[in-house]
Amino acid sequence: MDVLNQLQRQYTDFTALLYREGFVDDNFTQVQKLQDESSPDFVVEVASLFFEDCEKLVNNMAEALEQQDVDFKQVDSHVHQLKGSSSSMGAARIKNVCIAFKTFCETQNRDGCLRCLQQVNHEHTQLKTNLQALFTLERQIVANGGSIPVMQ
Amino acid sequence: MANTSSFSSSPSTKFNFYEKPHVLAVDDNLIDHKVIERLFINSTCKVITAENGKRALEYLCLADGQHPNHNDLKVNLIITDYSMPGMTGYELLKRIKESPTMKEIPVVVVSSENIPTRINQCMQGGAQEFLLKPLQLSDATKLRCHIKKPLQGGFAGEDDHA
Repeated sequence: MDVLNQLQRQYTDFTALLYREGFVDDNFTQVQKLQDESSPDFVVEVASLFFEDCEKLVNNMAEALEQQDVDFKQVDSHVHQLKGSSSSMGAARIKNVCIAFKTFCETQNRDGCLRCLQQVNHEHTQLKTNLQALFTLERQIVANGGSIPVMQ
Repeated sequence: MANTSSFSSSPSTKFNFYEKPHVLAVDDNLIDHKVIERLFINSTCKVITAENGKRALEYLCLADGQHPNHNDLKVNLIITDYSMPGMTGYELLKRIKESPTMKEIPVVVVSSENIPTRINQCMQGGAQEFLLKPLQLSDATKLRCHIKKPLQGGFAGEDDHA
């Protein structure tokens, strides 16, 4: 029981940190609320979908930015997609980078775009690592017979 | 991510006392599609996804150059995002409501932005409801109550056509 309490405390603290540091926002909470017995792996499924999509979009953006004559409209449409997905996912930091990214697309600033792309990559890796840690904690809690603390 | 492979649904039998309602979800966002599918889990509905207005119109046989075909098509509810590239949800709504074959299909518009003029515009345009994203479990009930039931065992939309 000690182990369980420890795990649950770790979970609560870690979740609080993720929100405090702006990795996730309230939209992520809403995604978590959609998980229940009829959809027990919903959050993990959504997260996987998001990271896959993010990688694909980042590759597309990188390719478009490598061209001699950059098609900023195309880059912008990829950023728009990523902004939408990250917003729905609750991936707040990535969403915020996308907002800046869009401005650079509009002003056709290639260097600005490349910097944002780098930032997106960085945030993607960080969030993936963090969420994997979160999901691991959840599994450990459940394996120890406990229930996952509900955040508010 | 248009799921047009589900275009050819069941063979058109005259009598279908009970058939799964079909919900067409239009959104350019993968995550939102997953959310909508989640809201219809445990319902008897089949969710078909379209990634933009153009694909949605093609599915409904309303695209330019298509012949309207209501015989085999069954859509009991359309849920569309407002902000989409190319054609907004409002523009899609108008196209649907202008169609003699599709205008009876209930349309719900969803948006992440709470803009009263936008909401009014959609309601005036014939939307059943305007919901704010992120969608929640409680929205599932709201959505399901808008589903147009098949009439007397026939297909939705088949009522007054020979």
